[in-house]
Amino acid sequence: MSKSVPSFVNIGERTNITGSARFRKLITEGDYAEAVSVARQQVENGAQIIDVNMDEGLLDSVEAMTRFMRLIAGEPDVARVPVMVDSSKWEVIEAGLQNTQGKAIVNSISLKEGEAQFREHAGKCLAYGAAVVVMAFDETGQADTAARKYEICERAYKILVDEIGFPPEDIIFDPNIFAVATGIEEHNNYAVDFIEATRRIRDNLPGCHVSGGLSNISFSFRGNETVRRAMHSVFLYHAIKAGMDMGIVNAGQLDIYDDIEPELRELVEDVILNRRADGTDRLLEAAERYRGQGAGPAKVRDLKWRDAPVGDRIRHALVHGINEFIVDDTEEARTSFDRPLHVIEGPLMDGMNVVGDLFGDGKMFLPQVVKSARVMKQAVAHLIPFMEEEKALTGDQGKSNGKIVMATVKGDVHDIGKNIVGVVLQCNGYDVIDLGVMVPCEKILETARKEGADIIGLSGLITPSLDEMVFVASEMERQKVDIPLLIGGATTSPAHTAVKIDPSIHVAPVVHVHDASRAVGVVSKLLSDQRDAYAGEVKAELAKIRERRLAARSAKARLPIARARENAWDCDWSTYEPPVPNRPGVTTLQPDLASLVDYIDWTPFFFTWELKGSYPAIFEDPKRGEAAKSLFADAQVMLDRIVKEQLLQPRAVVGFWPANRDGDDAVLFTDDTRETELVRFYGLRQQAAKDNDRPHLSQYDFLAPAGHADWIGGFAVTAGDNAELLARFEADKDDYNSILFKALSDRLAEAAAEWLHERVRREHWGYAPDEEFSNRDLISEAYDGIRPAPGYPSQPDHSEKRTLFGLLDAQEKAGIGLTNSFAMMPASSVSGIYLSHPDSHYFAVGRILRDQVEDYARRKGWTLEEAERCLAPILDYVPGAVDAA
Amino acid sequence: MTRIDRVSALEQVASERILILDGAMGTQIQDLKLDEAGYRGERFVDWGVSIKGNNDILNLSAPDAVRAIHHAYFEAGADIVETNTFSATAIAQADYEMQALAPEIAREGARLAREAADCFAGDTGRVCGVAGAIGPTNKTLSISPDVNDPGHRDVDFETVRATYFEQVEAMAPHVDFFLIETVFDTLNAKAAIKALLDLRASSGEHVPIMISGTITDRSGRTLSGQTAEAFWYSVRHARPWAVGLNCALGADEMRPYISEISRVADTLILAYPNAGLPNDMGEYDETPDQTAAHLGEWANSGLVNILGGCCGTTPDHIRAIAAAAKSADPRRPARRKRATRLSGLEPFELAS
Repeated sequence: MSKSVPSFVNIGERTNITGSARFRKLITEGDYAEAVSVARQQVENGAQIIDVNMDEGLLDSVEAMTRFMRLIAGEPDVARVPVMVDSSKWEVIEAGLQNTQGKAIVNSISLKEGEAQFREHAGKCLAYGAAVVVMAFDETGQADTAARKYEICERAYKILVDEIGFPPEDIIFDPNIFAVATGIEEHNNYAVDFIEATRRIRDNLPGCHVSGGLSNISFSFRGNETVRRAMHSVFLYHAIKAGMDMGIVNAGQLDIYDDIEPELRELVEDVILNRRADGTDRLLEAAERYRGQGAGPAKVRDLKWRDAPVGDRIRHALVHGINEFIVDDTEEARTSFDRPLHVIEGPLMDGMNVVGDLFGDGKMFLPQVVKSARVMKQAVAHLIPFMEEEKALTGDQGKSNGKIVMATVKGDVHDIGKNIVGVVLQCNGYDVIDLGVMVPCEKILETARKEGADIIGLSGLITPSLDEMVFVASEMERQKVDIPLLIGGATTSPAHTAVKIDPSIHVAPVVHVHDASRAVGVVSKLLSDQRDAYAGEVKAELAKIRERRLAARSAKARLPIARARENAWDCDWSTYEPPVPNRPGVTTLQPDLASLVDYIDWTPFFFTWELKGSYPAIFEDPKRGEAAKSLFADAQVMLDRIVKEQLLQPRAVVGFWPANRDGDDAVLFTDDTRETELVRFYGLRQQAAKDNDRPHLSQYDFLAPAGHADWIGGFAVTAGDNAELLARFEADKDDYNSILFKALSDRLAEAAAEWLHERVRREHWGYAPDEEFSNRDLISEAYDGIRPAPGYPSQPDHSEKRTLFGLLDAQEKAGIGLTNSFAMMPASSVSGIYLSHPDSHYFAVGRILRDQVEDYARRKGWTLEEAERCLAPILDYVPGAVDAA
Repeated sequence: MTRIDRVSALEQVASERILILDGAMGTQIQDLKLDEAGYRGERFVDWGVSIKGNNDILNLSAPDAVRAIHHAYFEAGADIVETNTFSATAIAQADYEMQALAPEIAREGARLAREAADCFAGDTGRVCGVAGAIGPTNKTLSISPDVNDPGHRDVDFETVRATYFEQVEAMAPHVDFFLIETVFDTLNAKAAIKALLDLRASSGEHVPIMISGTITDRSGRTLSGQTAEAFWYSVRHARPWAVGLNCALGADEMRPYISEISRVADTLILAYPNAGLPNDMGEYDETPDQTAAHLGEWANSGLVNILGGCCGTTPDHIRAIAAAAKSADPRRPARRKRATRLSGLEPFELAS
């Protein structure tokens, strides 16, 4: 599995006694328990490595380092990240190394005391198994110019790598960040020197990294947070570009470069980049104006609710989704109740009932509920060990409202909706066993049997999943699994459930669940004593839908395929000159995350969270506005992280081939002589009778027929995925961030498709080199040409992806694979065909008759049954029935 | 043959097929059903405390029995046997008040295995290797023994390093490899690695190192809390000849974690699980065929290079494993992009 490879690593500095007054006080006063919680908070807040420094004159630093390292070794929430053992004294570093089982970083060694000592210390780092920070410091002192910094680092690198065999990737250079704008002219170029040295180090010393302590740079502006933050952001912006990839940075005290007030940014940039002689004076003068301005997002929080009794605090935390204190509050509640279970049944369920009521009343929205669920899960996770202990003593199992086995069916990888439903059900006291994605039928049924489940829930997003659901239902019938079956997911519908699934199973009721907010109502009815009455109602409703479908179908006339073809779309091809791609053949690209952000279409993002309304108007919605704003703010933070830490690696592949229309299909050729056929894309044509003279479309009608040099394109893009991060969210019981991350991954995949299409129009195909559209224009598809995706309305056959992926070699070139049901993996991927004709447009094929299906099967070399299976959702007849149409 | 010849011959074999390690020593000794007198032999008749259960002392009190077990494993098809020195450290021997004897136990254990190996090699012409077994000791450097004082430790790094140094220095003349095994606390293993690197620096002799961690249950973590991948990053600086897992789990349960290490380690992979999980009586009852079926599948799936058995496995198990793995192609070490790989309890990676 690909892992996250962040481009900038944030090292937490709050366990550094020389950098944190609070930590120094805790250690010198011997309050190690609190000191450990400082480390914990730091990791929770996203530090990927923690710096531990105990250099304090009045302290036995060896003893303090030893004690602190041993204490954090016993704290899994802290010990999960590597430690940077930081001291100016070697014996303190050694004490740190002797007390960490992980592979740590030593901060630091240098040539300050000469080569012999440098070699000795480096050799010991090798024997203890540690990476090293090497300071740009030698026998004559600390380097200040770019040339000296580089020269010392190069010398150190040669000794380490060439002479003692130190792995280059375990070397991190710290070329000294010094304060600028001190009023001393010689200091003005310090930031430039660091940046320049960084560039040379990364260019010339392969494998190594560059780090630094950021806060030094702004030392002259102590007390003026606004200016300091701006300096940090501007400095990092340039240093990271030059190759700095690690740093001791207080992430909470950074502004987004683009968000810095432009005038301030300009002034700061003058100073950092030493662009004008009077830069310092100008910044000093302006600084007064910024002093004391709101220190960014660090608003003062109202913590009055913390004074309330513990039950009220728990309720408050649940309703507001605050997880900061929940473990402590839960612990306090536990010690005051007889049994841990009473904490769940008491204050926790009380709080969740409030959440449930607010959600039911439309006063809370899904994102908030998922945050509440995170708080609940973390509280329950704290109680579980105590309950296990109690269970071991008493054999008491505790009670649950019911057990639900959920899965995304075989062949499908989409799970955002399913995860949301799972969370909502858990909030309401149901046990949810989530089997994940691509789950084979047998595993679902076996788990249901083994666990004594009360309900099975199936989810799927792509149309082939519908068939799989029918199969699961028929297997439930065969194996007599008589528990209710819930159907959900974007592609499912009451109609499909009524027509295809319900008739396959009689042993148990089937219910289509439209969205997460309905899930609890359905489940509670199915598990109550009204089950039979409710099941009867549902069954009757499905029967009605079936009847309506049959009636509707016969009401709408359809043309035989031959007649539909006669009415195909056409134009005067003799006056049309198809554009020739600038880059024929297959090209791979790696879209840059940062540049995708502007292409995001946010409206579907809010839909994912069942906040219906279009962006940005939704913020003004009197009911949903607040929830939408808060969700959007969280999304921005996550998106920022995704971009900064490169939590995803988008990839894309695009290709163009000479092609012509042939009937309903597209023929692709190996080269522009158009003599040898490469492959065919098969098309489907509308057959519904029209009461106007509009054509009956196949998407390949937009391609010129033989005799004209037209081209077709194809693409696949993925946002990538990050299993490691998702596993971490799961371990932290953090469904909220997990769903948020996946929803953003989906948006980024779509954004990548939009970005790629624009580049195709402007460069790769190049038929609109001067096109300038805003994001809004792009979303409304104001440009020429289309990118229909196989499996979607204008060509509903998902299996066409196989041809497309073969042409693109998408697995190899972009790491995108296909499941047996033609779902793309990673899930956040998009693929499609490019057509360039200015009149091309999207449409829906609609329902088709058996004559077209037979012809399609023949063209694809399939049996009729195979074609019917693949096209099941759009058949206008019942396969196998004698007189269908 | 010198050690260098043997190691390079075994390296050659490892490039052609799966190497076979021996099975359990402890369970074989239990089968001898020795009583207190049996453990004491002549030499320790008057020892002040009970020493029954001190398997390593048999190197001194019943050397023929130990040699016979090694011989049985070579006969069953083992390419490398482990010395009977799992607890031959001053720390572990303190339970029997035999701290002072630890180096002698270690040296004799290594010598017995060497004799068995040379004898079998002489008879058959096969290459027979000896791995000096280094156990975890019964003290932990990362975990407090006192629940009320999480910062407490019974021992410190330097003490553990020194006791390991004494052990490995004593074994060095006779062994072809060192095997740091059953690592349930990675910091103990790091102390052993430091001892071996110190010995290497002072003696100039390069004895290849093998390291085998122990995932204690299905949480996929060592006792001290690391994931298999994090464990690998913590010990990788030893540049081991092989790395892998043993003990605690049967093959069925161990597979996901071996596969995790196999995917990330750029060296040979070794695995020697228990004969299943213990039954209610604490006995291992997986049959040779059952164990071999699992391990044969690992070999054929390209997961491993070296296979053997831990608790509950017998020469019959080793024979079956050797047969099952016989025609498998050895795994090729993972090749990965250069990156800084650190660890806490979990792995960390930063691309170079």
